[in-house]
Amino acid sequence: MRPSEREPVIIVENLTARYGDVTILKDVSFEVFRGERFMILGGSGCGKSTLLKHMIGLLKPYAGRVIINGIDICRADEETLQAVRKQIGVLFQADALFGSMSLSQNVALPLTEYTDLPSDLIREIVRMKLGLVDLSGFDNHMPAELSGGMRKRAGLARAMALDPMFLFFDEPWAGLDPVTAAELDILIRSINEGIGTTMVFVTQELASILSLGQRVIMLHKEAKGIIARGTPGELREKSTDPRVLNFFNRHAM
Amino acid sequence: MEEKDMTGYRLSVEGKTGEEMTIRLAGRLALEDLKPLMADLQAIPGHVKPRRLSVDLADVEYLDSAGALALIELQNRASALSIPVDLLNVSEKDHGLLGLIDREVLQRPPLRPEIIRSPIVEKLGEIARKQYQDFQEIMSFVGELVTALTYCLVHPRLVRWADVTFYMKRAGADGLPIVALISLLLGLIMAFMSSLQLKQFGANIYVANLVTIAMVRELGPIMTAIIVAGRSGSAFAAEIGTMIVNDEVNALVTMGFDPTRFLAVPKVIAAMIVVPILTVYADLFAILGGLIVGVTGLDLTFYTYIQQTKSSITIFDFVTSLIKAVVFAALISGIGCQRGFQVKGGAEGVGMSTTSAVVSAIFLIIVFDSAFAIMLYYIRH
Repeated sequence: MRPSEREPVIIVENLTARYGDVTILKDVSFEVFRGERFMILGGSGCGKSTLLKHMIGLLKPYAGRVIINGIDICRADEETLQAVRKQIGVLFQADALFGSMSLSQNVALPLTEYTDLPSDLIREIVRMKLGLVDLSGFDNHMPAELSGGMRKRAGLARAMALDPMFLFFDEPWAGLDPVTAAELDILIRSINEGIGTTMVFVTQELASILSLGQRVIMLHKEAKGIIARGTPGELREKSTDPRVLNFFNRHAM
Repeated sequence: MEEKDMTGYRLSVEGKTGEEMTIRLAGRLALEDLKPLMADLQAIPGHVKPRRLSVDLADVEYLDSAGALALIELQNRASALSIPVDLLNVSEKDHGLLGLIDREVLQRPPLRPEIIRSPIVEKLGEIARKQYQDFQEIMSFVGELVTALTYCLVHPRLVRWADVTFYMKRAGADGLPIVALISLLLGLIMAFMSSLQLKQFGANIYVANLVTIAMVRELGPIMTAIIVAGRSGSAFAAEIGTMIVNDEVNALVTMGFDPTRFLAVPKVIAAMIVVPILTVYADLFAILGGLIVGVTGLDLTFYTYIQQTKSSITIFDFVTSLIKAVVFAALISGIGCQRGFQVKGGAEGVGMSTTSAVVSAIFLIIVFDSAFAIMLYYIRH
């Protein structure tokens, strides 16, 4: 990557997260650059989902700040926050598709709410997005009729409805078989390379970390923060920290 | 020739009409300006009828999938008029984006058509079939519930008594304030309205009879049952329905529990214990309401009012009122649990089952109350 392209678009500064009196994360700082696939790793209960919720503005930090595209989302007013949210697409772990709406209605929802496009144009955009995730033809299917992998892709199509600059993925591979997971990897890579969307993943899926991750940070429960950063390859080959090595080699502690 | 300056993008057309023409695009081709961009681009091929069209993207700063869609639609429109279109100076990044969009899927019809309205006869048939199926399901649930209850009668140790007391508190103790308030007001209103009429005949004292008989024989059990249906019947349906959605009921089955015995029996037993008690409270508070009107508005003494109340009802009235309450409790809790077990799909299914639990419970209460009214009439005479 050329140095000029290494422009930080998400900056997390000294973030401290607490639930009540329990500190989950302490003084966490990192940057995500434009167009990269960034991964947050760690075992269960290390606070990676909490960190994600802070980055998309669902939770307010106890201390520190999160800057997305130059806007401090922890101190922004509701209107600014709303504008930032339109730049963000999130694929939730349990796909979060609205069960009472068909796929096309799910994808069309943000378009009908946030734009004044006529319905035939919206239908066309919906078709294009469903085509992007290999679900063309499933416009009028209900989420309950689809398999897990298809629902994940439909969730991705909805997350991309407004052409967001950032896509956040919470455990996108959870519950998928290895073949479907690998197909999702290919799809995510093609979208990342084709559209240039900045992607942040929260995951513990080793195979996908190694195949997709460009830069990773690893969190740890006891450390309440980052214990390693770098490319997945570096961490696996060169790390001396037993916690990192055990994670990458699937050893029990 | 023609210069357009919109918020995000700029568009200019060069070349002679009917000859080779070039469209120069610059700025942001993005979702927020899709409508004007689409309109501008679509108008060009038909309007100027060029022999060949080139689109120069050299000055485009940002292209998203919506902008790419507009370019592809321009190509489709031009090719319908058999005008070849070339995209010039496409950056590497935009090339990737254009490559991602599958042109063919934009035209492809959905695998399944949108749901269209079926004719009325078909709809009627569907409704009738569903009603019949619903009736079958209720009957089979009644069978299961009766089996489970009988089993628990023989093996009382197998009942989850901790759950029973929990639901007794939920459905009974927690519901007492609202039952008491509504009954008190009902007593006040009945006494007040009837006193307006009875005063004219100097029959003030019969206000006590009227309130007591109406409340103990009919309104007490019915009002209490309706309040419990709204508070607890719906809660039972929502609780079990959510457990169905989350696979919790399947988990129970795989662990070897009978879901009816595990989930429904404690609720039904709890309701059958507390609803009669609530009914007694409802009767008492309604009589208190009548008493307030009688003593303050009708110049009756406390003692005469109570004496008159006592003489107006029999033990038979009181006992049948309690039996009714027990039956209503079984109906409310039974239908609540049954609707919960019936849930299909997600959040919407839970909402529908909750509504249906309350509506069905109220319907059954009224039907059974009518049956009781006729039965008790023949027993009395």
